[in-house]
This record gives sequence, structure tokens and C-alpha cells, in this order.
Amino acid sequence: MTSEEIKLFQESLEQISNKAREFGLDFYEMRFEIIPSDIIYTFGAYGMPTRYSHWSFGKAFHRMKTQYDYNLSKIYELVINSDPCYAFLLDGNLLIQNKLVAAHVYAHCDFFKNNQWFRHTSRDMVESMSRNAERIREYEYRFGRERVESLLDSALAIQEHIDPRYNIGRQGAPQKKQCKYDKCGQEINKRVTPYDDLWNIGIKKDTGNENANKKNKKLPSEPEKDLLRFIAVYGRELEEWERDILFIVRDEMLYFWPQVETKIMNEGWATLWHSRIMREINLSEEETIEFAKMHAGVVQKSRSGLNPYYIGLKIWEDIEKRWDKPSAEEKKKYGRLGGQGREKIFEVRETENDISFIRNYLTKELVEELDLFLFQKVYTKWQVVETEWEKVREGFVTMLANGGFPFIMVEDGNYKGDGELYLCHSHDGRDLDLYYLEKTLPHVYRLWGRTVHMETVVDNKKLLYSYNGTKILKQSM
Amino acid sequence: MTGTSFIVSKDDWSLHRKGHIDQQRHMEKVKEAIKKNLADIVAEESIIMSEGRKIVKVPIRSLDEFHFRFNRNKQKYVGQGDGATKKGDVLGQDSSSQGPGKGPGAGSEPGVDYYEAEITVDELAELIFEDLGLPNLKEKKQQELISDSFQFRDVRKKGIMSNIDKRRTIMESIRRNAVEGTGDIAIKPDDLRFKTWDEDVRYQSNAVVIAMMDTSGSMGPFEKYIARSFFFWMVRFLRTKYQNVNILFLAHHTVAKEVTEEEFFTKGESGGTRCSSVYELALEIIQTRYSPEDYNIYPFHFSDGDNLPSDNGKCLELVRKLLDFCNIFGYGEIEGLYYNSSSLMSVYRKINDEKFTSVLIKDKTGVYPALKTFFKPHNET
Repeated sequence: MTSEEIKLFQESLEQISNKAREFGLDFYEMRFEIIPSDIIYTFGAYGMPTRYSHWSFGKAFHRMKTQYDYNLSKIYELVINSDPCYAFLLDGNLLIQNKLVAAHVYAHCDFFKNNQWFRHTSRDMVESMSRNAERIREYEYRFGRERVESLLDSALAIQEHIDPRYNIGRQGAPQKKQCKYDKCGQEINKRVTPYDDLWNIGIKKDTGNENANKKNKKLPSEPEKDLLRFIAVYGRELEEWERDILFIVRDEMLYFWPQVETKIMNEGWATLWHSRIMREINLSEEETIEFAKMHAGVVQKSRSGLNPYYIGLKIWEDIEKRWDKPSAEEKKKYGRLGGQGREKIFEVRETENDISFIRNYLTKELVEELDLFLFQKVYTKWQVVETEWEKVREGFVTMLANGGFPFIMVEDGNYKGDGELYLCHSHDGRDLDLYYLEKTLPHVYRLWGRTVHMETVVDNKKLLYSYNGTKILKQSM
Repeated sequence: MTGTSFIVSKDDWSLHRKGHIDQQRHMEKVKEAIKKNLADIVAEESIIMSEGRKIVKVPIRSLDEFHFRFNRNKQKYVGQGDGATKKGDVLGQDSSSQGPGKGPGAGSEPGVDYYEAEITVDELAELIFEDLGLPNLKEKKQQELISDSFQFRDVRKKGIMSNIDKRRTIMESIRRNAVEGTGDIAIKPDDLRFKTWDEDVRYQSNAVVIAMMDTSGSMGPFEKYIARSFFFWMVRFLRTKYQNVNILFLAHHTVAKEVTEEEFFTKGESGGTRCSSVYELALEIIQTRYSPEDYNIYPFHFSDGDNLPSDNGKCLELVRKLLDFCNIFGYGEIEGLYYNSSSLMSVYRKINDEKFTSVLIKDKTGVYPALKTFFKPHNET
């Protein structure tokens, strides 16, 4: 973009942001940065402008950049959930493309700011992650790059196994351990005070038996979803810097998690508003055509799977329509008054995530109109196996559950009284990838330092996989 | 809200190399992984059959990012059709037999489940040839010139403009202007400096490699493939490391003949096996064209060992004769489906000469060790 174009872009931003505000979007201050393709793909691969180094990011970067170089895919923008909100625009974008992208970004920012699942995300994560990166760099310097890399390999292997609702329903949950090397943790410090026990008022103590049964006490007392946290807190073989890295990986995953959980809503929301905003600002004839082309590209049905932009947009439009002009049945059954479409979609954007969005608002009519179905591999063919709308909706929700990852629970951190780790896969009809299971268990072992077990179900049979540091054992139960 | 609620900026990002640096680390890991798996990769069909394609794909499972995940072949996915999709409609074949992207996917692309590193054949060759060399190479009387590369080692005042040395030219100009005190920075013809080259001539001993392959009926597709994989890398290796090695290709069943490289790698024959025929031909060629006085001689023979029993004695005698002229003699025997333990290998066990090397190959992974055994650069002079 030339400085001339930047000036024009700034002028249109004035219009775009005013329109967005008129529509009721509520966003943080925006920082638009025009960056070259290398950089936008770097940020895309790392998910952030600054993050610690790991070869897996380099691999992702290379893959994305190659696709761009071969003209197979293109990132127009990257927006960061932060206050102020950073949006990175590709230098090669046309002015009109940047206008659309800006309108899109304003809606994303509104979503980050107002959707309740983002309530606990840190809005200065750009800075936190850059501090994390610095700390990890220091560990590389002190303890060697290979050791840090091997720890990260293992930590990243289980990074999805956190509990994003960890603090819900837990009182006086043990806080993050204070780390020797921690340079940043203001918030952490604030919480460690001599009065912390006040938080525990009203919680029953089972002190009497606790001491007597200390050896046999079950750890955790209830099955625990947050595997990463559990290992970081209770892993006996970990050094302090290793614990710190585990907490860093967990913190960053917690930050990204709501984005995983609201992908369809968020992209649909941004698409809905970019089209409405663009319709209301002045565009030349050429720009209108270019805009239409680009918008058509965004909502194009994907040949391989679902396009969240398209699915999300259709559901949003449908909600607004049904609350604006409810059918006679909806009026009678739900007492819907009509004319409440706008109000309703803003309420939904505040309270739902993808799972509840699909469950509550993917109607029979939509499933049919969008021609959604379930498919699966039957022998060597990929075949449609379900078109009945409720089953499709159910399958959709299942696919989204837990971000698409299996549910793994920590059952026992002192299995056999010997400090072994016992994990249980909560089987919901979907078997695990056994090759990946066998390759991931050694990573858990690397972190836990003692034998790890995983209970799962394969072809309706209960199996226990164990790794003891040298080999995988498989037993039926 | 007052004033503008946004800032647009464009900075210089040229020093931001993070993605590239981590990508480099990834490439290092890819190379490490390839090195560890050379035995599997060397006989990879996609490489042997690459036919001059520059980049080959090498599957590397150790660089997958492992995590707990569902079995993709058993999972149900949500898909979207163009309308009127019915139960039982087929969306595609198993995508593992197709390239990625062709099969249907659900964002997570079922079917594509290992990482394929892209590497150039040259890079791969470099890894494979790292510690290979021609064993027992000796100086011979008649030496051929092997490389006549150019090296820019001198600077002169005359030359062609494409070889101008900018830095020295400017230095000369500054120097002259300072001396003359003109305060000018013009460059005069006298300031021009040119890089000039020397021819870099090196001599190296001559060598001839005689590649001999059994193409008889008992050599099935597997045996032929193994022998070809070996010779594929051998030829590549010799051409990379030694610029003037002569390579002869001899194919035989009951009779032997000299063939072109292309015929050697593509033609299949049939019939019985008399290995002595090829040794006779080799001896004849050595005597008429490659005098041991002038050449290092390296015969390699690949067979399934299923030789005419009455011919075995003659073979032994001829190999002993060849050993008198050769630097080493390599014999590779491929243990195929109908392998018979009373093979040529058992006959050659009687040879007690350190110049004789033999290798038994059972499967694809044996090709790389065979290369390492035959081209172990001991006693290099």
C-alpha cells in the first residue's frame, strides 16, 4: 500500500467505524498494521505477533507460506483479541479489500469484547506472550535449547487437555505456584497474601482423616480434566523452569480456547456485518464488483468440509428473521412479538458459543436448505450416512464438543500407591487413534516421570494402554 | 468517543525473521529424521522412479505433532452438499490413496495423517553420500583431468564489464580523487578494476566401475528393483563425487552383453543363469580397454544367486582372476521369495581376499547398508 492509499484507507475507516457504531457494534480502539506476506503468515502460524520459538510453528509457517506462494490460499487479515485491538492487513491487499477486511475486523472486535466466553481472556496477551517468549528464551540460554525444545514437544502434545472452566464451581482452588523465575506475575502476586485462607471460609475441612489417610488419599479427589495443570502442579520429577513452561503453554491455550469454541459464530458475525457495513458506504462501480467477488469468495461452500463463514452467516440471518417476523406458530408457541431481530442477535452474540449456537439455532429448515449431512468412511469410501436433521445437528454438536478433542480425565495421580498416572478417556462412541495414542503417551511420561496409563474403549472393548519409559503395554480389562 | 478510534501504520518488518528461523529448525529436524531413516528412504519407489523430478516427497512419521485424537476412519463428519444429498451417496474414495485435498474433509482433512517432507534429490543424495567413497583408490600412471573449474583469484585493470569489482573500483576512485584533491567522486576508466580468473586444474586417478546385473528369469520384480535401487544410487554417487569415473553396464543371463545405461535400468530379460559369462566379458573389457596399470577397477555384481550349479566352479575361478586386477570386487545377493541357500554366495564364502566384499539383501532397507559396505572409503590414498 502506498502512503496515498493509506490516506484513502484512513478516510474510509472513518466511515466504516461510524457505520459499525450506528449498527450497535461495540469495539475496542483499533490498531491497523499493514504488513508484508512473510509477516502475516508468521503471525498466522504463531497465532500472535510474538510467541516463543518452536519448530512446529516454523513448520506451520512454511506450509501456509507455500500455499500463499502457489496462490492456493491467502490470508487477508489477522485480528488479535486485545485492547486496543490489533488487526494486521496484508500489504498486497487492494484498497477495497482492506475496506471489507476492516468492516469484518470491527465485528470480530465487537465479538471479542462482548461474547461472554471471552470474559476471562487477558486483553494484554500480546505483551504477556512476548514476556513468556522472553522467559523461555532465557531458559534456553540457561538450560540448553535441546532440553527446552524436548519439554515443549511434550507440553504441546497435551496442550488441548486443559479445563477452560477450571475456576467454575471451585472455591479456593490452589493458585498457580509461584515460580522462582517469574518476572511478570503481577496478578499472581496480588493473590498470594496472608489472608488467602479467607477464601476458604465455609468450605468443609476433612482435616481429621486427611492426615491419617494421607498415604492412601486419592489425588485428585475428583477426576480432573485439566491434565496440563495437574502435571504442572503435581509432577514430581519436574524442575521449576519446566513447571513454568507448562503453565505458559496452559495460559496461552486458555487464551486461544474461546476462539476455538466460537469459530462459527465469530466468523459468521463478522461476515454478517461486513456485508451490511459495505452496503452502506460509498463505493465506486469497480469497487462494488470487487467487493461482491470477494464476499462471494468468503461465503463460498467449501468442497472439503464446512465453511464457518457461510454456516455462521446463514444461522445469524435466520435468527434475525425469525425474531423479526415470527411465524404464526412461533408467535403462539413462544409468545414472540416480532421486530426483535436485531436485539436477539446481539443477545445471542453475548451469551452463546458454537455448541449452544448450533444446538439452539440450527433448525430443520436450515439443515435442509444448507443440505447438511453426516458422512463417514465405509470400507474404502467416504459415504453419506445421515441426513435426518436432528441426527445431523447432534453429530454437529458432537464434532464441536471439547474443541474437537477427546475428553481425557486424570483419575489418579498416585496409581498403585506408586505415583503412577492413571488417565481415562471418556468414551462417547468415538474410538481414539491408537497409533497417535501410543506416540503421545511417551510425551506424558516425559512430563510425569513415572509410568502413565490410559483407559479407553476400542471396538467396544475396554483397554488399558501403559507406557513405562521403555515400551507400550496393552491389556484388555 | 472523541477523535479517531483507530491508527493505521506501516512499519519496516524486514528484520522480523522468526518464522524463517523456526522453519530452519524444522528443516534441521527433517534432515535428522531423514538421516535416521535413510535405510527406509533409499529404496523408496517415489525416489528411484522420480525420473529426474527435482523434488521428492519423503514420508516422515517422527515429525508428526502427536496428540490424543480420534480415529479419523471411524469418526462421523458434518458435510455440506449442493442440495438433495441422500443417505448412501458416495463423496469420494479413501483419500489415503489420493493426494491430500482430493478426498472430502471436515476441516481436519481425514486421511492425511503423516507429514511428508519435501526434499530435493540432490539434498537427499548429499545425506546419503556423506560418508561414502571409492575404497582402495590408488594412483595410476595415466591421470585424467577431473575438474577445470574457474576461480576468481586475481584483480586486473582490464576485463569485461560483467566482471567488474565494484568495491575496488570505488576505492580506487576515492584514492585517486583524494590524491588529486579534486573533491570529486567521478570514476575514470583508470579506476576500473576487474576480477579475473584462474583455471583450477586438478588431476585424479582414473577409475572404472563395472556394474553387472543378473537379468535372468529367476530375477523377479522384487530382485530387479533392489538391484536397480542399488545401482541408481551408485551411479548418482559416482557422478557426484568423481567427475571422471567411467561406468560400464553389463547385463547377463546365460550370455552377457554390454548395454547402455537406459537399457540397463529398464530392460528385463529372461532365461537361465550363467554368471561366468558376465565375468568373462568383464575380464575381456579390462584387458582390451581398461588396463589395470592406468585404472582403478571396481566391478559390482548383483544376482539372486540362483546360478547354474555346474557353472559355480568357473565363477569362483573368474572372480579370483578379477580380484587380481581390481581394487575391490562387490557381490550383492538378493534374497527373494525362492531363495535357495546353496546359492552363489555359499560358493564365494571360500574366497579369502580382503578385496572381496559381499552383501546379502533381504528387503528394501538393505540397499543403504549395501551402499555403505561397498563404498566404505578405507585405505584411501
